[in-house]
Amino acid sequence: MTSRRPSVVVLDYGSGNLRSAERALQRVGAAAEISADPAAALGADGLVVPGVGAFAACMAGLRAVGGDQVIAKRLAGSRPVLGICVGMQVLFETGEEHGAWTDGVGCWPGVVQMLAAPVLPHMGWNVVAAPPATRLLAGLGADEMFYFVHSYAVLHAPRRGVAAAEPLTGWTRHGAEFVALVEDGPLMATQFHPEKSADAGAALLANWLETLT
Amino acid sequence: MACEATRGCAARSAVAVRVIPCLDVDGGRVVKGVRFVDLRDAGDPVELAARYDRAGADELTFLDITASSADRETMYDVVRRTAEQVFIPLTVGGGVRAVADVDRLLRAGADKVALNTAAVARPGLLREAADRFGSQCVVLSIDARRSSNTESGFEVTTHGGRRGAGIDAVQWSRDAVAMGAGEILLNSVDADGTQAGFDLALIAAVRGAAAVPLIASGGAGALSHFAPAVAAGADAVLAASLFHFGVVSIGAVKQELAAAGYPIRPTSAVPRAS
Repeated sequence: MTSRRPSVVVLDYGSGNLRSAERALQRVGAAAEISADPAAALGADGLVVPGVGAFAACMAGLRAVGGDQVIAKRLAGSRPVLGICVGMQVLFETGEEHGAWTDGVGCWPGVVQMLAAPVLPHMGWNVVAAPPATRLLAGLGADEMFYFVHSYAVLHAPRRGVAAAEPLTGWTRHGAEFVALVEDGPLMATQFHPEKSADAGAALLANWLETLT
Repeated sequence: MACEATRGCAARSAVAVRVIPCLDVDGGRVVKGVRFVDLRDAGDPVELAARYDRAGADELTFLDITASSADRETMYDVVRRTAEQVFIPLTVGGGVRAVADVDRLLRAGADKVALNTAAVARPGLLREAADRFGSQCVVLSIDARRSSNTESGFEVTTHGGRRGAGIDAVQWSRDAVAMGAGEILLNSVDADGTQAGFDLALIAAVRGAAAVPLIASGGAGALSHFAPAVAAGADAVLAASLFHFGVVSIGAVKQELAAAGYPIRPTSAVPRAS
């Protein structure tokens, strides 16, 4: 175990409260910074892709800073990327909002669609059911809760991705069961906000830092 | 998905009822005296926020009741310092008049911003904020009172409940959601301060009109008051002095809700990060 603190860039493409993600990563030992600089985003040990709001707006913002290419280049070199909330959703092929379809980064097959539930957004704390082998949830009990805030989600597990093995998928239910977490080699993502999920979220981020080399 | 092969079971999951302490902040200081012996400075909203986080609060709400715009600047600093230390969702309301105010609060570290009087005066503000930042961070705060002047029997008030707006509170909640409000913070002016319980009829009426998360506020005075608010349709329960004065704890409210059969976020087994 090296004593060097892993470097992490939180990608700044005009989306939401990035400060909390930066601070939460620093709290668990990362040398984290918010940046829109592609060189910094490529060079860091880990890249966090945040995101709130609409899929189409996030995708446009991501493209505007070349974030989609940074993600592709990092993954081509097996360098870790963590998507959070809409930053997870844009990793899929397609987003559907009000009948309009938007291309995502396309790392995983699947459509991001509106949840069918009596109350939306799905806002609050919920559990995640996942295969025992997930690295992000290592050491976290099944009743630990994470903070969600979203109206859209992916309803089917991505069967293939960037790694040779099939991605691991974690699930949560709101109206229907949806994809709450994906682990696919260097590419990991959560529909919930670990940076807003108190100690459970901190433990998850610490687990992610462990995967950085 | 089969539950046997997994850590936990998604099919049995349900979003937890949130328990939210609310801090009234004036010029950067918590008002309504707070009586916690373990705090160095009970008037410091940042220290109090951290304490509530440790006590299991699922979310925090700051209401800025500052009168002068000069003092309002201090609120941004309070939000910034809170977001540095507290890793649960933070809603900030009070005196938010324009999209630029929403932007500043989000950048300072707020996750959601509550709009009240300004949205009544200019409902388009809700749509502007939702279009720019997403509905998930736009909270409509309603101060409602019973009134014979409206169809539902509930009227919107402004200026902290002092002025009737002549608007039906139930219709307003429906309209505001259509314009982009992603959550409703529903405060009963009549029940507020009475400690006699939430206004359950008000909660049920707004629940029936608005399909977004609903936070019930106003009137909590005892542990037994919380489960009926959830039964009436609230997704979250908010209280101020009840928690500040230590009458009941966050944990006790959660136990009460769990005993009534509602999902709550249990205390995490994860060791606290430094």
